[in-house]
Amino acid sequence: MSETHVTLAHQFDDREQQTEAATLGMWAFLSTEVLFFGGLFTGYAVYRANFPEAFAEGSQHLDILLGGINTAVLISSSLTMALAVHAAQSGRRQTLIAFLLATILLGSVFLGIKVVEYSHKFHDHLVPGPSFQFPGPFARQVQLFYSFYFAMTGMHAVHMIIGVGILAGLISMAWKNRFSAEYYTPVEVTGLYWHFVDIVWIFLFPLLYLLGRH
Amino acid sequence: MSTAAVAGQDQLATPVAPREHYLNVDYGVKSWLFTTDHKRIALLYLASITLFFFLGGFFAVLIRLELMTPPGDLVQSETYNKLFTLHGLIMIFFFLIPSIPAVLGNFLVPMMIGARDLAFPRLNLLSWYIYMLGGLFTLFVAVFGGVDTGWTFYTPYSTTYANSNVMLTAVGVFITGFSSILTGLNFVVTIHTMRAPGLTWFRLPLFLWAHYATSLILILGTPVLAITIVLVALERGLRIGIFDPALGGDPVLFQHLFWFYSHPAVYIMILPAMGVISELVTCFSRKRIFGYGFIASASVAIAILGFLVWGHHMFVSSQSVYAGLVFSILSFLVAIPSAIKVFNWTATLYKGSVSYQTPMLYAFGFIGLFTTGGLTGLFLASLGLDVHVHDTYFVVAHFHYIMVGGAIMGYLGGLHFWWPKMTGRMYPEGWARLAALVIFIGFNLTFFPQFLLGYLGMPRRYHMYPPEFQILNVMSSAGASILGVGYLVPMVYFVWSLRYGAVASANPWQAKGLEWQTSSPPPTENFARTPIVREEAYAYSPLGVKVV
Repeated sequence: MSETHVTLAHQFDDREQQTEAATLGMWAFLSTEVLFFGGLFTGYAVYRANFPEAFAEGSQHLDILLGGINTAVLISSSLTMALAVHAAQSGRRQTLIAFLLATILLGSVFLGIKVVEYSHKFHDHLVPGPSFQFPGPFARQVQLFYSFYFAMTGMHAVHMIIGVGILAGLISMAWKNRFSAEYYTPVEVTGLYWHFVDIVWIFLFPLLYLLGRH
Repeated sequence: MSTAAVAGQDQLATPVAPREHYLNVDYGVKSWLFTTDHKRIALLYLASITLFFFLGGFFAVLIRLELMTPPGDLVQSETYNKLFTLHGLIMIFFFLIPSIPAVLGNFLVPMMIGARDLAFPRLNLLSWYIYMLGGLFTLFVAVFGGVDTGWTFYTPYSTTYANSNVMLTAVGVFITGFSSILTGLNFVVTIHTMRAPGLTWFRLPLFLWAHYATSLILILGTPVLAITIVLVALERGLRIGIFDPALGGDPVLFQHLFWFYSHPAVYIMILPAMGVISELVTCFSRKRIFGYGFIASASVAIAILGFLVWGHHMFVSSQSVYAGLVFSILSFLVAIPSAIKVFNWTATLYKGSVSYQTPMLYAFGFIGLFTTGGLTGLFLASLGLDVHVHDTYFVVAHFHYIMVGGAIMGYLGGLHFWWPKMTGRMYPEGWARLAALVIFIGFNLTFFPQFLLGYLGMPRRYHMYPPEFQILNVMSSAGASILGVGYLVPMVYFVWSLRYGAVASANPWQAKGLEWQTSSPPPTENFARTPIVREEAYAYSPLGVKVV
């Protein structure tokens, strides 16, 4: 009984109101994130329309195998996240911790593969800037493509890293027995965030790796 | 009859401050720096934005001093560029955007809906810290090296050529953006989920509709500015060239992304002021608002249309004529909800018992100056005329009529109106009326000549000008000094009133609205018990109630 009082912040009348506020807050935050990435997607769309050949050329040099594996890894992490929320709903603490750990693990695998991909690009002189080298007539526009590649996947990776940090926080909360079948809002809203970051990748992957590939 | 009786009692009994309220529960420094009370956070914001207001004003003083004479004799052009950049940056990002939402909104949104606090009190405190962090970056830039890109950061100058502190400024603005997002998010969630029993959407005070609309812009616009600034920083720092013409990149794309936020940002500044005016006009004419639904939906309409007009900043930036036509039409459309508000406030006055307390003087000032600023905005939205006055002082005068004549008038009016609620003290009415008058006169003397200057062809952002423009420039500088005095006077008497002002009653204006139903200053929990709302907003009866 005392536990229920601890989890209700003073400004709310009841737990239902508190949950509603937290969920709406996360959705509102995700709408800001949509607009944040929206700026990048707009720029990408404009330049893709301006330089279709160069963008297709640039996309040839992305590693479709690693990208594909990463897509699978990230979708799996969304599954483990959803299972974590489900475990929290049914009050199974150990299952919750296990699935949160699995999500962190998959997220880290994704980031690790991304590091490998980035280092390949670095060796191939495909990182925009003074050291950029690309044969053929479209070199400068391909550099533009790689500017977007690094800006978009880099922003996505930053969101992943923040997500992993939040998941670690959730695990420590779960460890201290903060959640119950009645109160698991933090797990739920973190799930929303994680799925959002996943969905961003679902758009990034075809836009950067697949479109215009032959 | 009953209203008069209540008012009579109110006047007979000398108001006594409540024994315990949010200001005296704890005096420690920690109790302020770690507070999650929305009322205390509002005061933290009040202190910090006042600081930035006078800093931004200081740069304006130097600008007006330089422009007293035709040659560039006080500062070099380089310094002048830094002066107007810092003036714009500080006034927009660190004063105008947070002003009404973060001070009055923070204080009043929970009180007006009968809640104990915002939905996320800790995020609210975090937003102040983020704001201060961004502010520190900007202060650092102001002291060390300055920045000379204009507040607009136009590429490729900002990314490639500028030799000033663009990076640190960009970081400061980026950081501060998140404080806006958090405030907007908090308001949206609070208004959605925490209204008192009986407070339906169409019983909400129009102040809240205005803040709801503002919050939508904060949530949806600010992230676009954030990503744009990230791209500028990446391009400047790492030579990743997204706006770089040498790579086939398009500097005009920067302008599109920038104005997609920065035009709606104008509505972030003016919508909350409009919300304040709705409260003032009804209270001091003892009338129900004329056309509640229209004013409420006009706020939302302005927020939505505001996102569709950014291209009118780019009529001469190689945008296609067809795009220009569409943006011109859309810009004209924004005038409709704005005009609806002005007409409805005016209609509210009709047959009301109008009294001329200080907040009402600011409301009158707002209506006149906003109308002038709005109508000259239509000049600028016209494709052909804009080519003539683009980047001249006409534009400068126009947006100062909206931002200083509109937003700051609304802010000061609101600050006077709710000062007794916030501090438990009355400000000195005579001095306040005098200051309102001085500000109105000083404002018009400063900025009206600039319309003429611009129309005659004086471009903005130059520190020198041909001698024939001197008379109008001297008038403008003279007005600015009057305006400066006008702003200092309230500063002095507000501080004075904290100690020597008359003790305010719970409801000195006999105003409607839940915030007046609790003591002045309110207790930490705002209300002894959650109020229940049984009537619409502004249920005033038009008896001439005299105010203490």
